Amino acid sequence: MWDYTEKVLELFYNPKNQGAIEATDAAGIAVVFGEVGSIACGDALRLHLKIEVDTDKILDARFQTFGCTSAIASSSALTEIIKGLTLDEALNISNRDIADYLGGLPEEKMHCSVMGQEALEAAIYKYRGIEVEAHEEDDGRLVCSCFGVSENRIRRVVIENNLTTVEQVTSYVKAGGGCSSCAAEIEDLIAAIQEEKDLTAIRVAAEIATAQAQNRPLTTVQKINLIQAVLQEVRPALLADGGDVELYDVNGDVVKVVLKGACGSCSSSLATLKNSIEARLREHVSSSLVVEAVS
Amino acid sequence: MSAVIYLDNNATTKIDPNVLEAMLPYLTEYYGNPSSMHSFGGQVGKALKQARGQVAELLGAEESEVIFTSCGTEGNNTAIRAALAAQPDRKHLITTQVEHACVLNLFKQLEKQGYTVTYLSVDRKGQLDLIELEAAMTGNTALVSTMYANNETGTVFPVEQVGLIAKEYGATFHVDAVQVAGKLPLNLKTSSVDLMTISGHKLHAPKGVGALYVRRGFRFRPLLIGGHQERGRRAGTENVAGIVGLGKAAELAQIHLSDVAQEKKLRDRLEKGLLTISETEINGDRKNRLPNTTNIGFKYIEGEAILFCLNQYGICASSGSACTSGSLEPSHVLRAMGLPYTILHGSIRFSLSRYTTEAEVDRVLEVMPSIIERLRALSPFNNDQAEWLQDREEAVVGKF
Repeated sequence: MWDYTEKVLELFYNPKNQGAIEATDAAGIAVVFGEVGSIACGDALRLHLKIEVDTDKILDARFQTFGCTSAIASSSALTEIIKGLTLDEALNISNRDIADYLGGLPEEKMHCSVMGQEALEAAIYKYRGIEVEAHEEDDGRLVCSCFGVSENRIRRVVIENNLTTVEQVTSYVKAGGGCSSCAAEIEDLIAAIQEEKDLTAIRVAAEIATAQAQNRPLTTVQKINLIQAVLQEVRPALLADGGDVELYDVNGDVVKVVLKGACGSCSSSLATLKNSIEARLREHVSSSLVVEAVS
Repeated sequence: MSAVIYLDNNATTKIDPNVLEAMLPYLTEYYGNPSSMHSFGGQVGKALKQARGQVAELLGAEESEVIFTSCGTEGNNTAIRAALAAQPDRKHLITTQVEHACVLNLFKQLEKQGYTVTYLSVDRKGQLDLIELEAAMTGNTALVSTMYANNETGTVFPVEQVGLIAKEYGATFHVDAVQVAGKLPLNLKTSSVDLMTISGHKLHAPKGVGALYVRRGFRFRPLLIGGHQERGRRAGTENVAGIVGLGKAAELAQIHLSDVAQEKKLRDRLEKGLLTISETEINGDRKNRLPNTTNIGFKYIEGEAILFCLNQYGICASSGSACTSGSLEPSHVLRAMGLPYTILHGSIRFSLSRYTTEAEVDRVLEVMPSIIERLRALSPFNNDQAEWLQDREEAVVGKF
């Protein structure tokens, strides 16, 4: 029997926010839903959002779920988490936030939290008129044909959750869980991502060590190298979302980047993206860095 | 949690108190080794002999044809390996798509070792096609291995007819009868079966003991090599208490075979009641089925969720859904039957025993409708989208 937390069982036996949201004619209010999964896969989630158009605020969130105990609990948790957030804030929610809200999920069930995160994206993208198909499959090659999982989707989940084994990838996005003929490919992908990460870490450490040994602050050249390394690490996840980032210039502590968000020209989502890149650069390079987006 | 209502007897069963009583002395005072040359050990040897007689009686076999094992998996592995060793020149094997993992995975490994394996298909009821079997048989076929009855659906195969076809081509015939022993009468004296596996914990004996029937005269090769236990056919110091328990359980099973009609009556009562819930279907061959088993598909909802709801009432059952299997795929048995995904994921198996009471069955019937209703209210799928679902299913079915 699965070892579910009390929170999972509580939200399964007494789910909050179940059901659909009626369409409304009210001015300034939009109702939209996004869905992922299918009955064949064994789980599917239709997430309904009521949005205040002016503020982008999520006024209400409801779910309809076909799935197991943890799928229902994850869906309910998601609706609880996102109520009251703006759409941009909601886009920052990761599958880990959902799992954390539940006090954790068995690893084999992590895909339930991923399903929540994907339904949320699907709903928001649909509201913003972004082609969901283009997002789902993006440019990524299909790695797992049993469950239709692209390379980019695997990359994203590996990076965001620090996954190290094929079994983990299967638990999170199901890839490799069917005929398992793609297991070797997933293994290679994990190794490649790990290598990229290691290289970044080594470069950053080396640059900082050099600066420290010389007892002086980072030179602009070193800083640029470090920033480039960190951006390279962020890129795969952005690409998986249809976005991208490029370093434009560095001027003292001001890092100028060209941002291409998943939502194209949507300026507010770019702001969110900018903030998350800034946080990353501050953590890895220097706490005084400021990111500016240029177009 | 309320008192347990145990309707998962195809997974494992309660140890009969009489079985436990028979075993206890062999876990306390009679601890001798049956191989020892003193009467303290010798009396334990006598207990083994008695158990062998009891199991032989249940199988309709001779004492010398019974080898004690540790479980069904060991029995099946031993039997299949022994069949290969018996006719080393033959490299073709036949089994079915709906076998237990301990058979299927062994065959998959044998394929890697150069054997060719035919996995017979089943129809929508989970039933074999004997014409397909006959067409697959060749002079190179070393073994036909099938289950007697399926653990998930209870569908009973026509094993005697399968055996006759196997014999025609000189192939060994192995039957995994783990789900059948104690539920249907067996008489191996007049049968075409060469090797038959049974397991103790499916018939109210403890876990960790089983038996393999080996027809007298069969060229047997052991799996475990070591001492002379089981006349050299299964090395390793005997699980004496377990074997004594299996013997007692076999004796009791033989007596209780006459009660099976009562079990079937309760199963039918349960089934009839559950079928009054809308959008439900029985999975399996209703004409040829174990008397204790029913497998029901509740459309548009998922099995694990149903089990967790039943669990609140202390009701134990099982499901063929992907989420319960620990893998991502739903039951290989139900998929082999070609059932649509709407039913696959929402399939629940109830398996009764001689301990099941009418009150327990009625309790299930009392709580089930509201559980199904509650989960269906949560689901985004329902009958209104039947056409749309069909499209989605077909799109994915093609991938498997």
